[in-house]
Amino acid sequence: MSDTAKRPPATGGSRAGMKKELSEHFKAYKHVWVFIEYEHGNIHPVSLELLGEGRKLANKLGSELVGVLMGGGRQALAEAVTQCWEHGADLVYLCDDPVLEHYRNEPYSKALTDIVNTYKPEILLLGATTLGRDLAGSVATTVLTGLTADCTELAIDGEGSLAATRPTFGGSLLCTIHTLNFRPQMATVRPRVMAMPERVPGRTGRVIEHTLDMREEDVVTKVLRFLPDRESTKSQLAYADVVVAGGIGLRSPENLQLVRNLAEVLGGEWGGSRPLVQKGWMPADRQIGQTGKTIRPKLYIAAGISGAIQHRVGVEGADLIVAINTDPRAPIFDFAHLGIVADALQLLPALTDAFRRRLSVNRLAG
Amino acid sequence: MHIVVCIKQVPDSAQIRVHPVTNTIMRQGVPTIINPYDLFSLEQALRLRDRFNGTVTVLTMGPPMAEDSLRKAITFGADRGVLLTDRFFAGSDTLATSFALSQAVVKIGETWGPPSLVFTGKQTIDGDTAQVGPGIARRLGLNQLTYVEAIEAVDPEGGSINVARRAEGGLQQLQTKLPALITMLEGTCEIRRGSLPDALRAARAEITVWNAEAAGIIDVTKCGLRGSPTVVKQVFAPKPREVKAEQVPTGDKSYADLSEVVMERILGLQPTLEADLLRMAAAY
Repeated sequence: MSDTAKRPPATGGSRAGMKKELSEHFKAYKHVWVFIEYEHGNIHPVSLELLGEGRKLANKLGSELVGVLMGGGRQALAEAVTQCWEHGADLVYLCDDPVLEHYRNEPYSKALTDIVNTYKPEILLLGATTLGRDLAGSVATTVLTGLTADCTELAIDGEGSLAATRPTFGGSLLCTIHTLNFRPQMATVRPRVMAMPERVPGRTGRVIEHTLDMREEDVVTKVLRFLPDRESTKSQLAYADVVVAGGIGLRSPENLQLVRNLAEVLGGEWGGSRPLVQKGWMPADRQIGQTGKTIRPKLYIAAGISGAIQHRVGVEGADLIVAINTDPRAPIFDFAHLGIVADALQLLPALTDAFRRRLSVNRLAG
Repeated sequence: MHIVVCIKQVPDSAQIRVHPVTNTIMRQGVPTIINPYDLFSLEQALRLRDRFNGTVTVLTMGPPMAEDSLRKAITFGADRGVLLTDRFFAGSDTLATSFALSQAVVKIGETWGPPSLVFTGKQTIDGDTAQVGPGIARRLGLNQLTYVEAIEAVDPEGGSINVARRAEGGLQQLQTKLPALITMLEGTCEIRRGSLPDALRAARAEITVWNAEAAGIIDVTKCGLRGSPTVVKQVFAPKPREVKAEQVPTGDKSYADLSEVVMERILGLQPTLEADLLRMAAAY
């Protein structure tokens, strides 16, 4: 047993003082990888968004962009490989095995860990979905490296390290995190945080197949059934073109109806800020912000939302942000494009009427 | 059936304020709570304990004051609390945290019997990473069940468990073997109120306090700052945008008039929007 008297002193000071001293064997780690989330015959859009972001990082580093694609059974993986190339990947590592037909932590962790240990990426990005978060935590722990969750900005710093920025302290500040001396540098990013890259039809690349070293008998966890969500019950918030949301300024849960009415006239989706979920005014899948949905609509109308950072990072990708708030000093006016200092409870119904008239008149005229 | 629940004491984020001038966090006087996501896992653990006549051990890592969160968990009905506290744990990131907690779970198993289930919250409200649960599962070789909506069947004798897990686009019904690690989704169960006898028990409860050595951690270089591969380089407030929001003058206009102005301005700033809206409306 260890002698307590000889325990090394606890490190003092801040981590900011730590220096990059990458050991020799980590210098072989090259290229930017994106884990391609592929389920039920489709690539999750977040993986394509990450290929777009990964392309920029790879260009900065002068390295290749690589997609890691897994699936199996009767799935159309060849089409998915093409999609990766057309969204910027130079190379795809493909692991095609019936064991990988449905996501399960065990075989997916095994496959990704083995591919990482064999081909040694410098950076590995995953979508911050239920799948990506489940997988990323396991892989980072297995290979003993750093993992930064829910990044809102990725960059390469002067020393060639990944600088991953994310909200901290419940979304009231931002912090930049580095994995200086371990490889790969891992990060997850939520859907819609990064822009969807332009697809380049006909763009091709290479593919390298990886054989999964695991049989179905080795996998302890079995999928008994998959019950798909009914489209009608699932909110399409993240991908809506128009979003109207309410905050605590609505004063009572019944007034969320005013938000829903305007969203309906605009053919959009509705949501709210985090306090509304905490108060039980609306379900969590309607929450907009860092811990809820990130949105990138053409038009976002925020009614009675003050605009805490955790909300801000979830809506900054919107083309046009319109804020209605009675408090002229509300932080939301710092990042909205159009501001109206007014009572949302009065303006929302008036705006709903105005748009309803406008759209019906033009519809008749058209 | 022995169940371990890992919880974290966190500042009540609803009450954190940023200093308007210095942009630093004002943490003084902010009350602490049990991470709200952990309560759903604690409740599920207590229900299983009640059904199978087992025990629930609550584990937390943190400063000495984190003992309060363990007492609080005992008022909900937990059987015992273990506090892991040592200066060597200071500055732990998720990798170092999962190392220390997994070592403590092993020690808990040696002391009170190996757990069939380990629960953690889905994520914490201060870190929001959702990484510590999977980290513990991986280190202890537990079958990992994250984002669980419902525990559908447990067979302690047969050593199996069935759950419904929230996946992308639907629910997965999974079956796996014990021991397993579960993270519960929020809102999946009603959390009990503590009973008076439990409150009295909590006040008198002997909390087990372990430092690194007592928890069986020999290699302290895997703990705290030293054991954390991630480095926080910078903490900052986001820059305000160069241009502030264009304000629509409200004057003493009626809301009907104001709404017309706002609508025109929206359509002016986003010229393709009207055509899009009409196309969507026509599609109905």
